[in-house]
Amino acid sequence: MGRTLAEKVWEDHVVRSATGEPDLLYIDLHLIHEVTSPQAFDGLRLTGRKVRRPELTLATEDHNVPTLNIDRPIADPVSRLQVDTLRKNCAEFGVRIHSLGDIEQGIVHVVGPQLGITQPGMTIVCGDSHTSTHGAFGALAFGIGTSEVEHVLATQTLPLTKPKMMAVNIEGKLKPGVTSKDIILAVIAQISTGGGQGYILEYRGSAIRELSMEARMTICNMSIEAGARAGLIAPDEITFEYIKGRPHAPKGADWDAALAYWNTLKSDADAKFDKEIYLNADELSPFVTWGTNPGQGVPLNQAVPTPESFGDEQERRAAESALVYMDLKAGTPMKEIKIDTVFLGSCTNGRIEDLRSAAAIIKGKKVASNTRMLVVPGSARVRLQAESEGLDKVFLEFGAEWRSAGCSMCLGMNPDQLKPGERSASTSNRNFEGRQGKGGRTHLVSPLVAAATAIKGTLASPADL
Amino acid sequence: MEKFISHTGTGVPLRRSNVDTDQIIPAVYLKRVTRSGFEDGLFAAWRSDPDFVLNKSEYHGGTILVAGVDFGTGSSREHAVWALQNYGFKVVISSRFADIFRGNSLKGGLLTVILPQEEVEALWNAIERDPKTSISVNLESRTVSYNGKSVGFDLDDYTRWRLMEGLDDIGLTLRHTDLVEGFESKRAKFKPKTLPVLS
Repeated sequence: MGRTLAEKVWEDHVVRSATGEPDLLYIDLHLIHEVTSPQAFDGLRLTGRKVRRPELTLATEDHNVPTLNIDRPIADPVSRLQVDTLRKNCAEFGVRIHSLGDIEQGIVHVVGPQLGITQPGMTIVCGDSHTSTHGAFGALAFGIGTSEVEHVLATQTLPLTKPKMMAVNIEGKLKPGVTSKDIILAVIAQISTGGGQGYILEYRGSAIRELSMEARMTICNMSIEAGARAGLIAPDEITFEYIKGRPHAPKGADWDAALAYWNTLKSDADAKFDKEIYLNADELSPFVTWGTNPGQGVPLNQAVPTPESFGDEQERRAAESALVYMDLKAGTPMKEIKIDTVFLGSCTNGRIEDLRSAAAIIKGKKVASNTRMLVVPGSARVRLQAESEGLDKVFLEFGAEWRSAGCSMCLGMNPDQLKPGERSASTSNRNFEGRQGKGGRTHLVSPLVAAATAIKGTLASPADL
Repeated sequence: MEKFISHTGTGVPLRRSNVDTDQIIPAVYLKRVTRSGFEDGLFAAWRSDPDFVLNKSEYHGGTILVAGVDFGTGSSREHAVWALQNYGFKVVISSRFADIFRGNSLKGGLLTVILPQEEVEALWNAIERDPKTSISVNLESRTVSYNGKSVGFDLDDYTRWRLMEGLDDIGLTLRHTDLVEGFESKRAKFKPKTLPVLS
């Protein structure tokens, strides 16, 4: 019987398999950052263990770093200690690190692909749930906890039970103004935040094949918001073209060997999925969330739903409490919701294409008087690229803030936070209560909707301008 | 890791679904570089509400958290497990857990027990009727027992064995270092390395 893409990658990495036990998988790349690694390094020291393969490990500083005044010491002493701890651990264990101020610093899931170190058919892990981003290259990539970080540091392997396989089929053609962010928000609204639990998602179909690598990364990034630890897309010419020539891409004969292998990485025609879902790309329109989990979303041209419209009692109760937290009335058109802060950035939508598409909408306009806009490039290189194209000036003239790279307001761990009661339209991935700051209210949107919203001051798409 | 065979304690009913890791412990509490001291951040946003279940005196000392469906969704932060453990919880019961949270909990010795939603509701009702209700969670027999009633739960044999023996996963894997070396000797040459740094 045929095998799925994920099964092929899985089987190519099995070090040990025994009945009744998890498979032991080899890990090709381990990405680390300051927040989920200190306790893992402590564990190594306590047991006298080393990092087994420093040359398969890469660290960057992203979650906790400021996006202003990065040439000065980090003001918050607790944050500074955490970042210093990562630097010391990397020095002690011989791990490559890209620190604040380094040209390769940035959000870990933006840095890997831009270095060309994220490649098809790899197993990639990181102590961060959005590691699923790298699945866009046909890699099996997923987030792990700190105990697992320590396990990978010490052994370069992980014991794992093979998940089930789900095909997410998206056929058709996206209308102008509809992006891959709208696809994934619609998928999550369809299957709910628990729908992908226990599965690896494979996104396929004509709409997916049309997408750029950066757009594919946005989709795979939010697999975890559908409950799936990993989501991937079969690599193709668009993938190979993206990788070719990047610093860590294979060269010469290695490129040919790699390409021969990468071309085998697709689900066989007779591969069996445990579950299949379907979405028609032609019917999609800009999608936004109204509630406090990423499954609570609707098309932008609809209204806040009534809790009674949910058949399931748990969902009804969740909707009721979400409306209270979000301070929204059922029946309010989404486009009437006023927005205080627009956040453009994160590992979901902080890449150069995202900045370009937003800049094209706002160019020559002014930010709404009731709204502020924060633009945080996903990496130092994205920031430099944007500046070389003059995008920084477009954002600054619009009235937006132009910041240095990091996770920033996606999770509000650094000073970039919403104030209590403040409402954001955010290109990030989670609209949980308090995610962007205690008492803050988040609507997840695409970069295009973010840009149009910043102009109007209410949730809007470019078509509404 | 401490062995887990069985635990008897009182319960705390958390009648909420989709309790994500940002609710369990907000990001601003993740800055510590140790594994302890995270109890202050547990459910931090809700703790300021005097009516929040953890603030009610009748549930003080509870060690078994009984939560709604989809507990632990969101981030991979193991700090969520540590915060629950640092606060004193030994067991969390729900009808469904997020994958990464579940993996983290079972690595760290916090037992996550999956019961059907109607059993979760029954347990909520029993605890709310009498907060002193004694609940026993037995890994040997894979049962949750209270008020003379016993409900079975599933947990794969391997994880159960590892928890009951208190075994460290890394130690188990290091027994197979020869297999890891064998795998490494056959890895494709084109696979990328992070060192030396290339530009």
